[in-house]
Amino acid sequence: MITEHTAHEPDPNPQPLSGTGDDSLPGSEPIKIETRGLTFHYGHQQVLFENNLDVGANRVTAIIGPSGCGKSTHLRVYNRIFELYRNQRVEGKVLLDGRDIFHPEVDLLELRRKVGMIFQTPTPFSLSVFENVAYGLKLHYRMGRGEMAERVEGALHRAALWDEVKDKLNHSGTALSGGQQQRLCIARALAVQPEVILMDEPTSAIDPVATAKIEELIHTLKKDYTLVVVTHNMQQAARISDYTAFFYEGRIVEFGLTKKIFTRPDRKQTEDYITGRFG
Amino acid sequence: MKERSIGFRRNIDLVVKALSGLAALTGIAFLVWILIVIVVKGLGAIRPEFFTQLPAPPMMPGGGLGNAILGTGIITTLATLIGVPIGLMAGIFLSEFGRDSFLAELVRYATNILMGTPSIIIGVFVYVIMVAPMGGFSGYSGSVALAIIMLPVVARTTEDMLNLVPDAVRESALALGAPRWKATVGVVFRAARTGLVTGSLLAVARVSGETAPLLFTALNSPFWPRSLSEPTANLPVTIFNYAMSPYVDWQAMAWGSSLLITTVILGITVLVRTILGRRKTT
Amino acid sequence: MGSYRGVQDRTFAGLATLSAGTVILLVVGIFVALLAGSGPSIREFGARFLFAQEWNPVSQQFGALSSIYGTLLSTGIAMVIAVPLSLIIALFLVELAHPAVSRVVGGAIELLAAIPSIIYGMWGLFVLAPVMARYVQPFIGKWAGDLPLFTGPPIGIGMLTAGIILALMILPFITSVTRDVFNMVPDVVKESAYGLGATTWEVTRQVTVRHGIMGIVGACFLGLGRAIGETMAVTFVIGNTHRISPSLFAAGNSIASTLANEFTEAAENLYLSSLIELGLVLFLITFLIQLAARIWLQRTRRKLGVTR
Repeated sequence: MITEHTAHEPDPNPQPLSGTGDDSLPGSEPIKIETRGLTFHYGHQQVLFENNLDVGANRVTAIIGPSGCGKSTHLRVYNRIFELYRNQRVEGKVLLDGRDIFHPEVDLLELRRKVGMIFQTPTPFSLSVFENVAYGLKLHYRMGRGEMAERVEGALHRAALWDEVKDKLNHSGTALSGGQQQRLCIARALAVQPEVILMDEPTSAIDPVATAKIEELIHTLKKDYTLVVVTHNMQQAARISDYTAFFYEGRIVEFGLTKKIFTRPDRKQTEDYITGRFG
Repeated sequence: MKERSIGFRRNIDLVVKALSGLAALTGIAFLVWILIVIVVKGLGAIRPEFFTQLPAPPMMPGGGLGNAILGTGIITTLATLIGVPIGLMAGIFLSEFGRDSFLAELVRYATNILMGTPSIIIGVFVYVIMVAPMGGFSGYSGSVALAIIMLPVVARTTEDMLNLVPDAVRESALALGAPRWKATVGVVFRAARTGLVTGSLLAVARVSGETAPLLFTALNSPFWPRSLSEPTANLPVTIFNYAMSPYVDWQAMAWGSSLLITTVILGITVLVRTILGRRKTT
Repeated sequence: MGSYRGVQDRTFAGLATLSAGTVILLVVGIFVALLAGSGPSIREFGARFLFAQEWNPVSQQFGALSSIYGTLLSTGIAMVIAVPLSLIIALFLVELAHPAVSRVVGGAIELLAAIPSIIYGMWGLFVLAPVMARYVQPFIGKWAGDLPLFTGPPIGIGMLTAGIILALMILPFITSVTRDVFNMVPDVVKESAYGLGATTWEVTRQVTVRHGIMGIVGACFLGLGRAIGETMAVTFVIGNTHRISPSLFAAGNSIASTLANEFTEAAENLYLSSLIELGLVLFLITFLIQLAARIWLQRTRRKLGVTR
């Protein structure tokens, strides 16, 4: 399996931010996604208010906040999946590797190949385990059976699922356990060689043991990918992420190193939320 | 590994979208065409006499299908009186008593078979068990044939609707000391009332245009219905006979009847949809 | 008081069980009654009934082959037209059309599924058949007239017209069920396919259809069951002759149309009995179709690992 990510070896210990609450990373960090003035409307209702957020390359960025704070909406802008529905309007800029994802020359299908997504509930297709992983590959690439099998196996390895399913590749993906289904979805997303992986509360429908496996997986994945994880579970955010953004009522209240957010937050609101003292 | 051309994939997508739009348009155009023809051709026949008078002989002006309208009303009402109660009780058995028993499974299977049995077979069946032994066609046998068609529809809807009522509702009624039947009729039925009403209405809509089972049971008659033990005038068979006739004015009558039946059935269907729709929103 | 209640309860349960039993009784009764009614014909013709083509009330020779052939052919034509068209219309309604358009058109289609078949038949006789005779059949004849499938004079009525009418009749039915099936595929499943960079067609073809395959096939089987026993829509336009012709333009008949046309005219015992046996054959065919559907569904369920 060839890994095509020759990006910088990630620094295992990101430095603390010097400034506070300015929504940007320290200058030394390579930035994967730059969000500027992101505003979002569902019909007449505004749900995001001119948010700025920088997502560091090969980092795990957690987005936390109470439900309805716009964290999922924010995530769903990054692969433009929100465009499937009507009456939604977005303003502002999202730069992926410096290129605006809303630029007319950006191909939506190619964008979504580069920016994979994992959802709240596992979403295996009614296909076999093998076909599930091959699905995205077949969309984007033409290749022989041998290479296909190799890539499917590679993706399942990287999703830490291979050992559990290697004997049932022909079984239906929907027959796996919940945690396995979610890792199958991760494998499916990895197979098309994305650069960014968005996860929308990936463990909210999964038992604690399976959750631990997926958290571990997130750790190993950041070597090769940039991850943005929405979660309502603050302990999870603290465990898995390098940076954390706290959303409240459509605005980013505070953004910074996870360590700092969870130990010495600058804002009162953030502190109230993470200590569970939320009004 | 070669990349597949995104342009090619997009083009296929566009072609399929265009085709599906076109297909939808074609299908809908046909269906609208049918509706328009029914309305345009049918309106000409709808005059006051249409509802009140007996049919005139061919080539004679005037006349109506009052007897067939009345006959259809009577036959359908009787069919409803037979089919709906039995269907309701069968549905109650499935959801309240039988549940997962072997008998219930068998009843469910039989319900499906009966639902899928062509209506003309029901006609032949009723002919064999009623018309032949009783020595002649009759309105009664027509009602029985329609009732048999309604039965599985009502039973199935009843079971579905009662299954939506949570067990807690049943248990709390029984816990208050209500006898089983009162618990079912009073509490459970009230909870599922809308569904049961709409199910029965749909069953009526389903049979009111049925022609095939009436062909060899109720037959038809040029007179006012006097007794259901005789052949009884009804709209569907009249449509069949008149449409197949060479007389233009009879064909016009057939179109008028089609419009009438269609209006009634669409009316019932719309009514059911509004009832269900209102229920959903509240 | 308590025993009085007990009696009431027992009566109620007894009535319910009795009503449920009626359903079983009816199915068994239909089979037995048809079998009994077929007696004279079965004794006279035996298995020959199924394979003989001649149907002659004058010489009292009755064979079901042309009716069976016509039933299967007209249903086949209907399915070939209706199934793909229904699927693609459902796709349009669910994935492409504006929600308002989808609601209106979807509602109209549901209403059309409720229109009785005799009205489709009349429309076929008075509107479609002339159009077929004047435009469609000469056109097909001009381009494909050398094929045995499309020979013969363009008379308008016949197998092809019957098939088209049947297709129109089951189209709303299959479409509305398929639309419901498509709608039941969770948005998040579709999103995850779109999230991989799939186009609408790619999502539909491989994800939506696969997800709802059981419901779709079930809808098709139900449509098939309707078409195969449909009487009035076919009787008007099929032509009603007991002949087997390879041409789709030729007149023919089906089991149901033969019954509708001849049942009340059958004076002789053997004639009537043969008609009842035709009914028995139709009943058995629909029964077999339902059985096949059931077996298929169970096997697919097991294959998909759905335990229910």
